[in-house]
Amino acid sequence: MTPRATGEPRRDPRFDGRAGRWVGASVPRREDPRLLTGRGRFVDDITLPGMLHAAFVRATVAHGENLRVDLSATRAVEGVVAAFTAAELDLGDIVALLDRPPEEFAPTAMPVLARDKIRFSGEPVALVIARDPYRAEDGVEAAVVDCDPLPAVVSEETALAPDAPTVHDEAPGNVLVDVSMFDTPGVDPAFEAAGTGGGCVVEVHTRTGRQNALPLETRGVVASWDARDDQLLVQTCTQVPHQVRTALARSLRVPERTVRVTVPDMGGGFGQKCVVGREEIAVAAAARRLDRPVKWIEDRREALTAAFLAREQHYRTRAAFDAEGRITALDVDVVCDMGAYSCYPFTAGIEPLMASAEMPSVYQVPEYRVRARAIASNKAPTAPYRGVSRPQYVMAMERVMERAARELGLDPLEVRRRNLITRFPYTGVNGVTYDPGTYRESLDLAEAALRDEGWYDLRERAGAEGRRIGIGYSCFSERTGYGSDAFAKRKMTVVPGFDISEVRMDTTGAVVVTSGTMNHGQSHETTLAQIVADRLGLHLDQVKLRQGDTERIAYGWGTFASRSVTIGGSAVSLAADKLGQRLRVIAAHLLETDVDNVALDGDGGVIRIDDPQQRLSFADIAEVAHLRSHLLPKDVEPALSATASFDVPGDGTFSNATHAVVVETDPGTGQVRILRYVCVEDCGVVIHPKVVDGQCRGGIAQGIAGALFEEVTYADNGEPSAGSFIDYLVPTAAEIPDITVSHLETPCAFTENGAKGAGEGGTIGAPAAVLNAVNDALRHTGVELDATPIHPETVLAALDAAPARLEEASTAP
Amino acid sequence: MSDKHLIELTVNGTGHEVLVEPRRTLLDVLRHDLGLTGTHTGCEHGVCGACTVLVDGEPVRACLVFAVQAETADVRTVESLGRDGELSDLQQAFAEHHGLQCGFCTPGFLMLAEGFLAQRPDADRAEIREAVSANLCRCTGYQTIVDAVAATATRRRCQSAPQEETTP
Amino acid sequence: MKPAAFGYHRAHDVTDAIGLLGEFTAAGAEPKVIAGGQSLIPMMNFRLARPDVLVDLAPLRRDPTLTAIRREDGALRIGALTTHRAVEVAGSALGRGFGVLAEAMRWVGHLPIRSRGTVGGSLVHGDATAEWCLLALLLDAQIVAEGPRGRRLIPAAEMFHGFYTTAVAPDEVVTEVRFTRPAPRAALTEFARRHGDFATVGAAVALDTGASGTLTGGRVVLGGVAPAPVRVPEAEAVLAGGTPGPELFDACGAAAAAAVDPPTDAAGSGAYRRRLTRTLVARALRQAWEKGNTE
Repeated sequence: MTPRATGEPRRDPRFDGRAGRWVGASVPRREDPRLLTGRGRFVDDITLPGMLHAAFVRATVAHGENLRVDLSATRAVEGVVAAFTAAELDLGDIVALLDRPPEEFAPTAMPVLARDKIRFSGEPVALVIARDPYRAEDGVEAAVVDCDPLPAVVSEETALAPDAPTVHDEAPGNVLVDVSMFDTPGVDPAFEAAGTGGGCVVEVHTRTGRQNALPLETRGVVASWDARDDQLLVQTCTQVPHQVRTALARSLRVPERTVRVTVPDMGGGFGQKCVVGREEIAVAAAARRLDRPVKWIEDRREALTAAFLAREQHYRTRAAFDAEGRITALDVDVVCDMGAYSCYPFTAGIEPLMASAEMPSVYQVPEYRVRARAIASNKAPTAPYRGVSRPQYVMAMERVMERAARELGLDPLEVRRRNLITRFPYTGVNGVTYDPGTYRESLDLAEAALRDEGWYDLRERAGAEGRRIGIGYSCFSERTGYGSDAFAKRKMTVVPGFDISEVRMDTTGAVVVTSGTMNHGQSHETTLAQIVADRLGLHLDQVKLRQGDTERIAYGWGTFASRSVTIGGSAVSLAADKLGQRLRVIAAHLLETDVDNVALDGDGGVIRIDDPQQRLSFADIAEVAHLRSHLLPKDVEPALSATASFDVPGDGTFSNATHAVVVETDPGTGQVRILRYVCVEDCGVVIHPKVVDGQCRGGIAQGIAGALFEEVTYADNGEPSAGSFIDYLVPTAAEIPDITVSHLETPCAFTENGAKGAGEGGTIGAPAAVLNAVNDALRHTGVELDATPIHPETVLAALDAAPARLEEASTAP
Repeated sequence: MSDKHLIELTVNGTGHEVLVEPRRTLLDVLRHDLGLTGTHTGCEHGVCGACTVLVDGEPVRACLVFAVQAETADVRTVESLGRDGELSDLQQAFAEHHGLQCGFCTPGFLMLAEGFLAQRPDADRAEIREAVSANLCRCTGYQTIVDAVAATATRRRCQSAPQEETTP
Repeated sequence: MKPAAFGYHRAHDVTDAIGLLGEFTAAGAEPKVIAGGQSLIPMMNFRLARPDVLVDLAPLRRDPTLTAIRREDGALRIGALTTHRAVEVAGSALGRGFGVLAEAMRWVGHLPIRSRGTVGGSLVHGDATAEWCLLALLLDAQIVAEGPRGRRLIPAAEMFHGFYTTAVAPDEVVTEVRFTRPAPRAALTEFARRHGDFATVGAAVALDTGASGTLTGGRVVLGGVAPAPVRVPEAEAVLAGGTPGPELFDACGAAAAAAVDPPTDAAGSGAYRRRLTRTLVARALRQAWEKGNTE
């Protein structure tokens, strides 16, 4: 093999991914050309010959038994092809388990279609298949559903009352999870000491309203039986294709290898699509039964009332502080309303266990006691939603800091500074080791930004005019890259963590990378390609990412918990390195030198270090590896493919941020307007700056939504109140301000690229910062708000009750 | 009672004959009868705007139009933007400013912006933000969408008045 | 969410529309007129509205009287099929006494809704918070309805019966709205938690001034405090002979708040709506007054 001469000598062969030309740059996104031209393929864009359409008959009472479903009129509707009840489909239940004793966890089963009991309004009870979605809905309307109503459990109070109706027989008292994860011996002494030693004890009760992650694309599936491949093909917008395959195969009682799950383009997920839904299983069963493709697309009313929900939590937090404002003990009781069922694979433990494990947040808490419960209620079940419990426990901790500051007469930022973790690694009372971050630095920068911009001055000046402006902060960390160790600690029986990647080079020297992660807006096609392109020294156009196919991907956990760049990005890096090594071995052989004397040249080739003019392009090497394999070294296999896996050891890696918010309250309506939003964040090495900014801003928008607008509410009988976008208030561009995002960079020591995750920080920090800002605006009223969403009515009532000097300003526009 | 109607729709400059029942929305006809799946279904009650198309040049929610009502109208969808495989200036701006993440809401915003800028080429950022508030996005937080539309408005104004100073 | 099946007919002109409505009603079917559809179609998609037949007025847009905006005898006449957007862009062309109509359009949903929805459609839909319903009461509108019994003029004060019902009969077609009471100092303002939403409370006001510039009275109309939009004479009484300024405007707002008994629902309690009434009336009055000062 004659090496071809090249021009300039190539750069430093000790290849450093970070010094490459792709990582760190906001390159044009690979996803954009098709998405901008309407050529994306989302699940509802898929049409198969002979395809039928499914719709679900759903319960209209929140709690009932002796379910009776009469589909005779349904089957007579013109265009209806079939209709099924639970008995007719005979599917196995979806069961999610924790490896915990009965006193800590009550396993419950979620039937695919309700059989005898109804546990939430909107629960699917029958499946109608028709020629088109219009007729499917006609069929649904004709169904007659009856049951004996039972009193509904719609709140923590009713669920935990002594003679409460039981949602699940297996969970007496409606407790699905009850874990006291920590109880260090110094807690009570610390509270006693605080009471007597000039410190203080603060108690804060925070509540967050039930929310809907509400991706703009609703859930959906196209299922079809492929007789030639002897396989059920399930095309669905899921964040967890391999979990869907497992749960579906189990429920249908078929071998897993006869189920293939593929994922088209996805219109967002935010966690609502990282659990296995009942509907995709029912639809797959129908497709198999009818031997025709069946499509189901969730409509918006279903998405608002019967899809997975999140975030309904109540914290009773007590904290002891010494006279200098340092926290000496934390004692928390958390109750999470997890709705009617445990979701798969995370279980109803997902929210309370995360809260328990991580509540001390970014502060040095020496003593800690926590009890967390998941309660069952007659509401649509809870699934993880971006941030999971962190928006809530951060809100609780940030309110505690504010309250302590007031009690002790200290500046609330100073109280934070006295408690922030500043030396790393730091192993907390919760047994978690925090890797280096910039908790203090981000706070300093955020505060400096607001001061330099004059917001503190404005707050004072405006106050004299009767304008109520408030400034609020939140400091927090975001655990990302949860590996299997971290999930195993929760005692989940299904333990996510690793990712496996294969990098395969074709005969032309271009590369296809697989990842078990699952892009749904995070730009993986671009960011993971950037990483691989830098590792191998290829042009970005030469790298293609493949995800979302249980046939192509050996195994994957999908995308959630901000794992994709940390774990997925590391796996692709290691696989790329392995392939790079193989390329070097082959090139060394062909260039007749030692492998230590060749290097990737950063431009699609391999050079001899001692004579860089001697170069082989990847295409040259690939040609040999595939088409002239007799020229390969004896111990090297033909073709060019390498597989590697990555898992995060220990406790994961922590991003962090400080949010600083300025709000103004309208004295005539109670409306809260955000005047300024500053985010100073640290997610380690940034692969694509605009993508990270986008994740921050999008997350913050959802956090603001939770703080001020969105709530799923129920009537006393369990009927959901908001069945349309008129009632469920997703913020528009008029409600979300421009947000300044600044970056610090503390590289992660154990991910391949030094990156930490960045997907959830925005949602985690925003509610606390907005709540603190509103409370600051109301500081003259004596009223403190500890619940979200904040209603203008509540703000107005507080403003109106304040001293009379405000009266004259109340009609100013 | 719900007989089918044979209607002729003009979509992206091309005439199409479709046989539809009256209740079939323009959105469903575009997506499933004409195969123009770029326009997306988000709520079917006129709030999210993912289904926004241009009808006689004005931005309209296709979920709130029955196909039979659109027979004499000139309908334009996202597939009509750009030319010969090249992105339009607006599409380019969305790409440059990272105005899309999952892309589901994007066609609706593109058509909204096209319709809006045609009527208000001199719109400033505040007015653009108000116009953009007509549609929902769950991924971006809207700022980069506003950036993209504002940049396009500026670019177009500069192009139509080349003698003037361009603002950076 | 797909609507239930219905029949569809296009009306060629007003007479044809009336004929179709009469024909179907006589046959025992429930016909409904559709213009822009921006209020009707969402309800149909939720299957809350299930007309048997839709009579589409779209071809009537060819008739210029149905989309015209013109002055006649001091009144402003707007064709029923005029879109909200057309009124919005008409702006100052509406004349000094009716500029509030164009200004109020920014509160009507969003641009795509305004591009399709019509003045007539909004009035016949009869939503208690709809801007056109408030404006009709504010400016003494006459709603021109044509039907088998001929043409009649429905005064705004008799138009809105509450809970989405109006005086327009199911076999009538609204062809025009005539605003008879010019109001150079008029304003409409609303409150909703989110921009573009249906108002929790809306206030439309007008200030009447005498020859010497003093206040002789005014009009106060509220939406969202009752099943129908309402005039509040108790508040209007406060304005007559008063000295324009924050004190008077707030007193008027307070009187309006005291005079209403609003419902409690998901958007807010009755007490909150009362409080909003006071704020919005006062703000609207201030806007209306300052408008007169700058013209």
